[in-house]
Amino acid sequence: MSCRYTFGGDEHIFVEVDEAMSLEAFFTSLSMTNAVREAKIKGVTEICPANASFQIKFNPDEIHPDDMMAELKRLEATAESAEAKLDTRIVEIPVYYQDPWTHETLMRFRERHQDPNASDIEYAARINGYDSVEDFIKAHSGAPWFVSMVGFVSGLPFLYQMVDRQRQIQVPKYLRPRTDTPKLTVGYGGSFSCIYSVRGAGGYQMFGITPMPIFDPQQQVSYLKDFMVFFKPGDIVKWKPISREEYDADVAAVEAGTFMPRMAEVTFSLDDFNADIDGTNAKLMEALNAG
Amino acid sequence: MPVNVISAGIATTIQDLGRPGYYHLGIPMGGAMDRLALRAANMLVGNDEGAAALEAVFVGPELEFTEDAIVAVTGAELPPKLDGQIQPTWTGFEVKAGQTLSFDFLKNGARAYIAISGGIDTPPALGSRSTYAIGALGGVEGRGLQPGDALPLGAQPVGASAGKSVPDEMRRMPGKPAELRVLPGLYWHRITEAAQKGFFEDTWKVANEADRMGYRFQGGRVLEFVEREQPFGAGADPSNITDACYPYGSVQVPSGTEPIVLHRDAVSGGGYFMIGTVISADMDLIGQLQPHTPTRFIKVDMDTALAARRERAETLDAIRQTLA
Repeated sequence: MSCRYTFGGDEHIFVEVDEAMSLEAFFTSLSMTNAVREAKIKGVTEICPANASFQIKFNPDEIHPDDMMAELKRLEATAESAEAKLDTRIVEIPVYYQDPWTHETLMRFRERHQDPNASDIEYAARINGYDSVEDFIKAHSGAPWFVSMVGFVSGLPFLYQMVDRQRQIQVPKYLRPRTDTPKLTVGYGGSFSCIYSVRGAGGYQMFGITPMPIFDPQQQVSYLKDFMVFFKPGDIVKWKPISREEYDADVAAVEAGTFMPRMAEVTFSLDDFNADIDGTNAKLMEALNAG
Repeated sequence: MPVNVISAGIATTIQDLGRPGYYHLGIPMGGAMDRLALRAANMLVGNDEGAAALEAVFVGPELEFTEDAIVAVTGAELPPKLDGQIQPTWTGFEVKAGQTLSFDFLKNGARAYIAISGGIDTPPALGSRSTYAIGALGGVEGRGLQPGDALPLGAQPVGASAGKSVPDEMRRMPGKPAELRVLPGLYWHRITEAAQKGFFEDTWKVANEADRMGYRFQGGRVLEFVEREQPFGAGADPSNITDACYPYGSVQVPSGTEPIVLHRDAVSGGGYFMIGTVISADMDLIGQLQPHTPTRFIKVDMDTALAARRERAETLDAIRQTLA
């Protein structure tokens, strides 16, 4: 994997690790952004990892763009030799699949959809070869996901499933974006899941909703008091399908300030994962269930 | 003693120089779209250059003062009126407690900056008072101005005096057609040579979808893509990429049709390819473009971009020296 470096005007350098999405590309992006942070290069103002690329914003009054570029290229070698290992956390996110709110929303935008006669999740199940929506939900919630990017808008995570490429779910985005998406919708576009952190426009298919806020500018939600954004790149997520009753109970717990996301500290090794995907995921689940 | 908002205009927001450092979490730096105009307005009233002021779009607010202050209006030519009397723009003037500040019709530009001595003292969020409505950060309770709001002011600066003015030649506004200098890059290689040439040859027009997040342009030829098999994870449209970061000022062209230049409240990333980036020296100009303004994109290299940046810094220094 050889990175492609390009300037984004006089204040940014954009580095494409790979055109295609893969966990290898994501890990290279993450380790290079970590290396940039540790190198404390003069003039760097923002370090933004993405799925298979990353971006550095810098002040060209402090460092010439060519020098900045040279510094980044030098770090590529360091990042390449670094072990693809990550100390992170696994978090369980409850999902009420096929909820009434995303259903009401998707019905309002049927003319923008590939299959106006099916719901988003029915369409996704069919084109991915699943016999039923239940089987599809099992696949979506069966294996954990990596938060490979946080962005678009406030604290929105993009997630990539930790399975081999043959098992990756792929769903196109809406033909034309919606003007509305409920807050905390669990969505899907291309090979990525996401959680809409705020209400607004969106083009991803809508599968369900989580009761668990992930962005709180007021910082009143119990687990967002230290910082208003919940996710960071490298987090591991396990979806947990829940019923309407469980959803209502979780919402009440969030409001009462008693909801705590289930999570555990874990170490992830990309080599171990590639050697035994299901075994590695099973160990992650053990850690979550023990935590 | 606050400034009372009688009417709010169309989309008047509190802005300062923004909140850098959170773009990796999808929170843009925000702040005044026309930075030079904001800095100049603050200098004219004796504030720190980065104090919070009002950014009014097309239509000004109506404000009632409850304490004496100095006010300056810069950026767009939106003539201020004090109890109905027209006041000069780019010039500090005195406002007495009990007086009302309103605005005449917009004559030129798009965004006026209204600085008040003492600066607007709403609570900062992540180090800035800038309004980022999508994330409900800054401003008045995370939103733009509404009638009935009372804007708190900071302590009056010591030794500030009205009557200073920014000379005409230091006021920067887009020409006609507007010219925005672009450094090609990012996914520039995704379009054909003919399309690369055509993009800079055509005259575009600002579309109606033009706000703090980004400016859309219409009227040029559709860009043709270099054929390729779409990479895994990128999506089927040739304008799609594996979702990536978007630089401020980057020019994305969904489906190759209408370019969008991302501005201060940019979405931090997404799945559309970008053909280059508007240079930092020209970002302020975008904030002054009205819908339908004819616009040319001018191809430049890095040396030109850096020279333009220095030139802009020199203009700002000249304003500082004039007003010192």
